[in-house]
Amino acid sequence: MPGRWIETGRAEASSARAGQKPMPLNAANDDPEKARRFRDAALPHLDDAYTLARYLLRDATDAEDAVQECYLRAFKHFDSYRGPEMKPWLFAILRNVCRAEFARRASTPTAAIDEVTETAEQAPLWHEAPETPETQMLRRWDADTIRRLVSALAEPFRETFVLREINNLSYREIADVAAVPVGTVMSRLARARAMLRSAWMAEEEQPR
Amino acid sequence: MTCDEAEILLHALIDGELDAGHAREVEAHIAGCPRCAAELAAFREMSKAIAEAGVHYTAPPGLRRRIEASLPQATPAPSRRAVLRGFAMGSAVSAIAATGLVAIVLRNDDAQRIESEVVSAHLRSLQAGHLTDVISTDQHTVKPWFNGKLDVAPPVVDLTAQGFTLIGGRLDYVDARAIGAIVYRRRAHIINLFVAQTANTQHQAARTETIQGFNIRRWSDRGLNYWAVSDLAVDELVDFGEKYEAAMKTGTAG
Repeated sequence: MPGRWIETGRAEASSARAGQKPMPLNAANDDPEKARRFRDAALPHLDDAYTLARYLLRDATDAEDAVQECYLRAFKHFDSYRGPEMKPWLFAILRNVCRAEFARRASTPTAAIDEVTETAEQAPLWHEAPETPETQMLRRWDADTIRRLVSALAEPFRETFVLREINNLSYREIADVAAVPVGTVMSRLARARAMLRSAWMAEEEQPR
Repeated sequence: MTCDEAEILLHALIDGELDAGHAREVEAHIAGCPRCAAELAAFREMSKAIAEAGVHYTAPPGLRRRIEASLPQATPAPSRRAVLRGFAMGSAVSAIAATGLVAIVLRNDDAQRIESEVVSAHLRSLQAGHLTDVISTDQHTVKPWFNGKLDVAPPVVDLTAQGFTLIGGRLDYVDARAIGAIVYRRRAHIINLFVAQTANTQHQAARTETIQGFNIRRWSDRGLNYWAVSDLAVDELVDFGEKYEAAMKTGTAG
């Protein structure tokens, strides 16, 4: 079980910091003071939340809707927020909103299947590491290409990868957001990076 | 360590998630295994390429507006306020960055400049371990502590009964000289009360200002200038100032 190797210092540090944060008071939802505290705590994470939603849903409009719904729910439950960190707490809510959206898409078969999904199915998911990879240099792709490659990763590997590599969450925080053990986070991340590297190198072979 | 183990753990090494002992174990394996070493190098290279390409998205302005509009409106907070408050509650590094921001927006006006410095001092104090030099809820401990450190004796008032807990005192620097700071707490909000000597012994009525999202209540009394700074709401900070002044009038200062 690889999880036992994880350093716990970060989690302890974050809960220690949480002690200094203003604890929410019991207040009605129309309380302007509560709204102010929520704004200050949650809105700085808006770009991060939107980024996660874009990668999870692979659609700009759906991502906007999901983030808005996430903030509505988060504000509603802000009284029960006890830390330690705002970002993983928001992300856990956002993830649930996105899963509800997946369920909705699944129940409407007429909904357009975005072509990235097809690419994901066609793309090789797992390459054996080449025998002498030390001779290979990774090509530098531009942001749009990388976004496309990341978006083509299959779930749950995409989610784990984005939370770690793009949203910069710790393994412990990812485990909390995705409600899985830290060991699962580690194996998913290893798999996600291996898949991305395969796609990354396959991209070079394609005629452009 | 086997390659199978290393294949998973090298990611934790890249992400800085391993404790020192296990990091050494993985590094020892990698030193003797060209294949795992190449894997590590390739994944590091990929992470670097992703970080440098910048693959974040920026939330559309319309989304931010819609979320803002869905919240109960108090005084609409300027976005810079939110950013700064985030800094104040975040790490020491952020607080330093915020102090830098405050320095940039300094205005030339002398009083304004000092108020900006007072806000900077307040931000600095929120960094870990800088809040108090003397920790005590007892005014008779905090007040004598200032003796010999300042050219004034800041009046330390116990306002616990009024809902403002005295938590200590600190020596700070504002306008290039030492200044006393008395630190109070209201719920989880910190109030820094800065006290400095002034040649003007006239009483000056209090006025409040907001600088970079922090509220300041400033007043003068008996040859001392006061600045109370906090992220508390204005009405609560005014309440604090009034209770402090009232306690001074009734002579309960320690």
